[in-house]
Amino acid sequence: MFITAFKFNNSAISACGSALVAALLLTGCGQEPAQISETGPEPGEPGDSASVLRARLLTGEQYANTITHVFGADISDSVFPPIPPMDRTDGLLASGAAFVGVTSDQISQIQLAAASIAAKVVDEEHRDFLIPCQPESTTEADLACAGLFLGETGRLLYRRPLEESRLVELAEIAGHAAGQTEDFYEGLALALEAVLISPEAIFIVDRSEPDPDRPGQQRLDSYSLASRLSFFLWNGPPDDRLLRAAENGELQTPEGLTHAVDRLLSSPRLEAGMRAFFDDLLAFDEFNSLAKDPLVYPMVTGATLADAREQTLRTIIDHLLTQEADYRDLFTTRKTFMSMPLAVVYGTPTSDGWVPHEFEEDSPRIGLLTHVSFLAANSHAVRSSPTLRGRAMRERFLCQKVPEPPPDVDFSALEEAEDATTARERLEVHRTNPTCAGCHYLMDPIGLSLENFDGAGRFRETENGAELDISGELDGSPYDDINGLAMAMRNHPRLSSCLINRLYAYGTGGPVSLRFDREILGWFEDRFVAKEYKMRALLRDLALSQAFSAVRSDESPAIIGAGSGAPARNPESQ
Amino acid sequence: MSKLSRRRFLKGTLSGGIVTLGLPLLDVFLNENGTALADGLPIPMRFGTWSWGLGMSKEIFVPNKTGPDFDLPEEIAALAPVQKHINLFTNFHVFKDDAPNLCHHSGWVVLRSGIAPMTRENRPGETIDVSVARQIGNATRFRSLSATATGDVRDSFSYEGGNSVNTPEWSPLRFYNRLFGDDFQDPNAETFTPDPRVMVRKSALSAVQDEAKKLEKSLGVEDRARLDQYFTGLRDLERRFDLQLSKPDPREACIVSEAPADLPSGLDADLVSTRHRMMTDLMLMAVACDQTRVFNIFYASAFSATTKLGYDKPHHTATHEEAVDPTVQCQPNVSWYTRRAMEEWAYYVQALADFKEGDGSILDNALIYATTDQSFAKLHAIDGIPMFSAGTAGGRVKTGLHIDGDGSPGCRLGYTAQRLMGLDIESWGSKSNNTSSEISEILV
Repeated sequence: MFITAFKFNNSAISACGSALVAALLLTGCGQEPAQISETGPEPGEPGDSASVLRARLLTGEQYANTITHVFGADISDSVFPPIPPMDRTDGLLASGAAFVGVTSDQISQIQLAAASIAAKVVDEEHRDFLIPCQPESTTEADLACAGLFLGETGRLLYRRPLEESRLVELAEIAGHAAGQTEDFYEGLALALEAVLISPEAIFIVDRSEPDPDRPGQQRLDSYSLASRLSFFLWNGPPDDRLLRAAENGELQTPEGLTHAVDRLLSSPRLEAGMRAFFDDLLAFDEFNSLAKDPLVYPMVTGATLADAREQTLRTIIDHLLTQEADYRDLFTTRKTFMSMPLAVVYGTPTSDGWVPHEFEEDSPRIGLLTHVSFLAANSHAVRSSPTLRGRAMRERFLCQKVPEPPPDVDFSALEEAEDATTARERLEVHRTNPTCAGCHYLMDPIGLSLENFDGAGRFRETENGAELDISGELDGSPYDDINGLAMAMRNHPRLSSCLINRLYAYGTGGPVSLRFDREILGWFEDRFVAKEYKMRALLRDLALSQAFSAVRSDESPAIIGAGSGAPARNPESQ
Repeated sequence: MSKLSRRRFLKGTLSGGIVTLGLPLLDVFLNENGTALADGLPIPMRFGTWSWGLGMSKEIFVPNKTGPDFDLPEEIAALAPVQKHINLFTNFHVFKDDAPNLCHHSGWVVLRSGIAPMTRENRPGETIDVSVARQIGNATRFRSLSATATGDVRDSFSYEGGNSVNTPEWSPLRFYNRLFGDDFQDPNAETFTPDPRVMVRKSALSAVQDEAKKLEKSLGVEDRARLDQYFTGLRDLERRFDLQLSKPDPREACIVSEAPADLPSGLDADLVSTRHRMMTDLMLMAVACDQTRVFNIFYASAFSATTKLGYDKPHHTATHEEAVDPTVQCQPNVSWYTRRAMEEWAYYVQALADFKEGDGSILDNALIYATTDQSFAKLHAIDGIPMFSAGTAGGRVKTGLHIDGDGSPGCRLGYTAQRLMGLDIESWGSKSNNTSSEISEILV
């Protein structure tokens, strides 16, 4: 049997989680101070920390990245990822991937995409680069060559070696199809289609094995760990080297894991991974259907909004990965990047393309909250919305859930506010109406502090001729101006723990469980504080932790954490 | 031989090889009285849904007169040209029972699934189009199709289960390419050449199905259900491959137009209207070409954020913040939005009525079920929620009527529709929404 010719070479938010009491935390939570270890899991990690097995659907971007990494960007770009949108779950679309189902209609789209990709892989433009062998005849079956290609490619698409019986089946499909079509490459494409529509390719399925270091306990098997690492850090599948580290067992050793994680962290693909995380965290999927009223905001086009999204992502990547600066300073930095369409909104000169830009010290632009992206995405098409902005601040950066409004709200008071000059006057209704006050107190005051920016994110001194009062208070931190709000957010005790909550969920593939994860989240936060809020160090800690690879045995559904479980698009409170 | 349909005949001659057959185009479409296709198959029955957001202004929406020739108050004045094709249902209720009244959610979920949702994330049961598609959608390439006029891929009122939403088409160009791209088999093509690749695809599916089953065994209960659903989807793929191996029946009304230009994103009412009409036209082309028999058009979301040029409140915001003007008995801007929705409903119905098929139109062989999420959105009311139907379902439904539900469940219309589509169900809906009472006034 031909198969012998190409056998595989198989060898939260803890009470201990406050940045403000960081110094106390290091000793106050009954743990040893964090120590930097060169290899392997760090000492001091809670002994029973572990995460759950999940079956995640690839997100659209992960699908695209997979096709890009395996076949090239031109092929990936030619196909719209056939993946349904996810429900935002506990603040992240990525966490929704652990729960979303695939309808019959969606599977037909997956098949169509597979057919399109496979046809391109074998066309004359690509076959010499992507297929590692040439058939003896292009009009006949060549099982050995087909098997070689399918074995290598299938391994990358399944993120683990194909079982031999499966490889035999695929090669036979290729052979049969080549006979039917009298074309070796047609046959190969049809077999590749079968790989691309397999649930093994479309779902990221965690598998476990006994953990020799923790008798009676389970850990991710090495291929599952490889996938978890690469989707966490790259938002894409493991590359050949990572799969080899899984195959030869290195990944299950402290040294091998450390080596692999450090390589992933130093790869250019880390940027794509972190862009994906922050795009998700910031709910930038809203930009896919965002538009502004052209009469009210004639300078805001589709290109402006696309650039606004890009500006913030560039700023984050530069700040966290290039400059390796303190995460909290994202909320106070005046450094960013500028493009021509955005310069019109910001009212600043610039030159062609993306260029570094720093706002003046006396500029009202300070930190992410004053970016056009945040301001415009959390506004209406025709006006700003302090409530939406306040809610976004709470839910996205502080992981605080704002409850749903009651259905029997009396809106008549809002009618009386129709003639109000400013949003603050209009929203006074929320403050004085007991039914509204409880929740709107969480949102409106901090949102009103951004009222110097209109619904498109442009600066304005006044609203309808009236002076704006942007003073306020954020959870005990009073401030008078936008600088004060930025500092209050930067220093908010839940800012870091929220990032860790979301990153941990993002990395382990689903929402955190406060029942099980409280302690480990606190431990990560202690280390984040100790390492001066540096992103790379945090990513490394997460990836190397026992929690990341150890498996919790309970099969109960994850308990949704303290973050936002609210649907992303319930604009009832406006 | 005469009892064999054209499709069965071609399948019988295929025998796994490549067959090219020419079919005479003269007289291929219809029988003599125009009620059936030439090969004796009846003109297929279709089921559609349509949705608009945020209900109505009751005082200027609900006609005074019930029955035929009902008056058209100003908010639905745009329906005059299509009044004879539709029925209007008012004073039907949605019941939440012990579930919370989830603003803008409970209403549409109950009318589409028969079940009151317990949380906003909750999508209980399956939607009516999915149930109907299982009954009448198996003979077409797409069991059902969904499209939205909002340009937002997240806007859909169609789901197979709690976590499985039928993603709508949101881009006219993408929709066109999906319908009439490489995979499209022109039913009126003179020749038919079965694609040998389809046979390979079909045979390769069994191995993929085996993989799904094997994988399923290693998962927890909830994930097993998701894999099982994937397995079901693969079986549906097999059904589609079978269809591709057969010569489609010719369709007189199937004329494929040029690809449309795409539209920018945004929810300005004019833009939404343009997008709605493009999506409607594409959808009806798909129906005329028998690519689907079940189709959902989504004009506006429950939290409709449609905007009016120069007015500072999107539709949903206006429902809560605009005062009722007693002189016109409505919130003027809110009513403006609703009138725009009714104009689009009229466009949609007229488009169906204009699509010639047999002696009549596609509308004569269809039933359309149109719903919204609230009755009076300002108060999040779900009692007295308005609904429409359109079409005669093959002459079995009377049209041009205004029916007063007298407080009975809105689910009666969904139940009636499912019975008309051949579903053998004794009742539909849960708790107070449960009904086994058809709306007999509209039945012939």
